[in-house]
Amino acid sequence: MQIVIDGKNITADHGLTILEIAKKEGIHIPTLCFMEKLLPIGSCRMCVVEVEGYENPVTACNTPAVDGMVIRTNTEKIRNMRKDILRFLLINHPLDCPICDKGGECLLQDLVYEYNVDVQPYTIKAPLKEYKEYSTPAIKYHPNRCVMCSRCIRTCREVVGRNVLDIVGNGFDARVEPVNPDRCIACGECLSACPVGALTETVSPTKGRIWQIKRVPTVCAYCGVGCSLELNVLDNKIIKVTTDVNAGMNKGVLCAKGRFGYEFVNSPERLTKPLIRKGNELVETTWDEALSFVASKLTEIKNKYGSDSIAGLASARCTNEDNYLFQKFIRAVIGTNNVDHCARL
Amino acid sequence: MTNSVEDLKEAEVIIVTGSNTTETHPVIGMWLRHLSRYKGVKLIVVDPRKIDLTEEAIMWLSPKPGHDVAWLNGMANVIISEGLYNKKFVEEQTEGFEELKKIIDKYTPEYVEQICGIPADKLREVARIYAKAKNAAILYCMGITQHSKGTDNVKAISNLALLCGHIGKPGSGVNPLRGQNNVQGACDMGGLPDVYPGYQKVHLPENKAKFEAFWNVELSDKPGLTIVEMTNAAYEGKLKAMYIMGENPMVTDPDITHVEEALKNLELLIVQDIFLTETAKLAHVVLPSASFAEKDGTFVNTERRVQLVRKAVNEPGEAKQDWKIISELSTKMGYPMNYKNAEEIFEEIRKVTPQYAGITYKRLGLKGIQWPCPDENHPGTPILHVGKIARGKGLIVPVEYRPPAESADNEYPFVLTTGRNYYHYHSSTMTRKARVLNYYCQESMVEINPEDANNLGIGDGEWVVVESRRGHVIVKAKFSDRVPKGVVFKHFHFSEAAVNKLTNTILDPVSKIPELKVSAVRIKKHVKGTTV
Ligand code: SF4
Ligand code: SF4
Ligand code: SF4
Ligand code: FES
Repeated sequence: MQIVIDGKNITADHGLTILEIAKKEGIHIPTLCFMEKLLPIGSCRMCVVEVEGYENPVTACNTPAVDGMVIRTNTEKIRNMRKDILRFLLINHPLDCPICDKGGECLLQDLVYEYNVDVQPYTIKAPLKEYKEYSTPAIKYHPNRCVMCSRCIRTCREVVGRNVLDIVGNGFDARVEPVNPDRCIACGECLSACPVGALTETVSPTKGRIWQIKRVPTVCAYCGVGCSLELNVLDNKIIKVTTDVNAGMNKGVLCAKGRFGYEFVNSPERLTKPLIRKGNELVETTWDEALSFVASKLTEIKNKYGSDSIAGLASARCTNEDNYLFQKFIRAVIGTNNVDHCARL
Repeated sequence: MTNSVEDLKEAEVIIVTGSNTTETHPVIGMWLRHLSRYKGVKLIVVDPRKIDLTEEAIMWLSPKPGHDVAWLNGMANVIISEGLYNKKFVEEQTEGFEELKKIIDKYTPEYVEQICGIPADKLREVARIYAKAKNAAILYCMGITQHSKGTDNVKAISNLALLCGHIGKPGSGVNPLRGQNNVQGACDMGGLPDVYPGYQKVHLPENKAKFEAFWNVELSDKPGLTIVEMTNAAYEGKLKAMYIMGENPMVTDPDITHVEEALKNLELLIVQDIFLTETAKLAHVVLPSASFAEKDGTFVNTERRVQLVRKAVNEPGEAKQDWKIISELSTKMGYPMNYKNAEEIFEEIRKVTPQYAGITYKRLGLKGIQWPCPDENHPGTPILHVGKIARGKGLIVPVEYRPPAESADNEYPFVLTTGRNYYHYHSSTMTRKARVLNYYCQESMVEINPEDANNLGIGDGEWVVVESRRGHVIVKAKFSDRVPKGVVFKHFHFSEAAVNKLTNTILDPVSKIPELKVSAVRIKKHVKGTTV
């Protein structure tokens, strides 16, 4: 199949949308309601493009390309249409950016900047929408910031399979509401799908801007799915967990443990010093004393009762490197194969 | 897993058994729902409990806990007697078919129905759907393995895959879901009593020689003790010292009253952990270690994907990474270990572990690599047994049904089965410190079918005593139609009402996995202030 986008001749497979082909060719078409893992619905119209011979522009995210199409993605007319869509969105979107969690990585902010929407001529008389409880205390919904893209609703339905959310109300009164709050599993997928700051998390008391924080890609420490995630660190503290759709095998999806279960790392109950038993009590000690005691006691027991009187439990929670060294220690230094871990439990 | 998570989308049929995937492997659970809703994959759930995924399934079969070989053999019976097996595959790629045929005759769906309660017609239907599918995968978890006959269960599952040729191709396979974040890695690294890293048996002279040369020390060729055997040896006074890294047997092991006595019996107990766990409280020395967020290294997920863990924050106080503690201790004991960083250890790992030979930190990147990966140009192995079964021919092993060690009787009329809760993880030392997770699940309750509860005069949310031959716990009852009549369920996360006071330590003779999924118990209303 042959098509032309912005003057470029392209050979493409059948069955792809204009947006998919453009993306492959490195041609940027702005989107807002579109997400790769969701079915396209063509509702925000940010992705409009002109097609030769068509009376009206079409939405690239859900229009399949057909042989011979000649497409323009960035004409004056198209740019004005997009600018108008943004102006329309800004009618009831407060310019909260300085105090919004999403500031600096908000799709709306980026688009308004890209399209230089400096004047917003439309006004309406509609009362500000009220905050309501969301489906989980881990997340807060800011109805006035919501751009009604339904990415949260569709993610909850299509990716998580729980159908918790829906749009309630019409026109300027429309908002997202948890219609089946009992089905919510606090996975935060809706939060991560929201392109703007309409959904924010409530877990961390500390917040940080994207340019202040360090994002460290790593792997979830809970179950065997092994989801890839990013720890967001500010001043040596984890303040949030985000994901990269291109990392690992989970396509950016996490469950409640992966997304909100990080607080144990900063817990005041963490052990910070070696402890040694004195009578009935465990008291703080130095590394040197603790390790010297262990080394001499293990040597004593080994000499007295033999290597097989000592055993070690490795850990399904520690890294390969930790486990490798642990079994090496038990086998090479203690001299026994008495090493196991809780694989069976 | 023989196949990958992503690859499940190629399946026409997926049978999920003994895995409450939504709660134990949540992101895979979501993926299964997605596949059933948007990719037309037919989900079939075989589980005593009406788990969350049954909502999405085309069929749900509910066998009585602990009788899995019966229905699995019943499926094989239908597949063979109706001629639905893949004759070409069976002939060319398997052995043992004739032996299976000999024993399988008696497992008619009608006979199986008497044993495990699955209606004969339904079992026939599922057998036909599975056998006729172009690609069909079976997913299973601890609900299959934590039995005294767990190894038999697994063999019976793999027989089905071999009979139908549902292995070694996309969207198929025999797929155990591994429970903990790095349980696969801990096994790969030789954290097991009978194998060195890479599953090289310790009793084979060539392996011993290889590791002796590499580590420059004399080694033992006698396989060691498994976890439950260690407890017993400590209890009997034969084991004198234990070094426990990042495990909490005082919550996760069966029959924890026995575990406590055993650990107290030791001359030396060393516990290395990030919190003062129930087990650490019994220790002579507690060594503070680093959490995953403070570590560089690798984890391996359930699909054998080796992935990079990266340090994000510093250890609190004087806590240290586990490998550093081990190195220092080893050096003190006269066997110097001087690794600069985790990567240097990994470089040693790849030299002695053939499956990891081609993996480097640099290659892992953001996507990881699925082992086996024999050399640096090898892309890794998303699907095992492609084209040819790894051991040459796929071995069909006939297994006979045997009942579980305990069944409900007059004295203990209920079957207790255990598992995880979505919001918690293992002994819950980590999850209980996360406010969101605790908000959803703070109390441990025993799930009971409302009809059973009514018969016992127990109300929803009332305190009850659950008692087995080994001990008792006092918990609140929670009405739930997820559990069938005669079965009660409790998760094992919380130490204050530790369900493992009740569970059975009897082991599968091969895998040495305890029968955590079936214990006979009795239940009665608890009257506050009384003792049991
Ligand atoms: S947290 Fe998860 S389950 Fe709850 S509404 Fe959001 S996407 Fe749906
Ligand atoms: S909450 Fe966010 S994702 Fe949901 S409709 Fe509003 S803007 Fe879109
Ligand atoms: S995010 Fe959830 S599903 Fe993913 S590895 Fe962590 S615990 Fe498992
Ligand atoms: S992105 Fe295409 S219509 Fe919203």
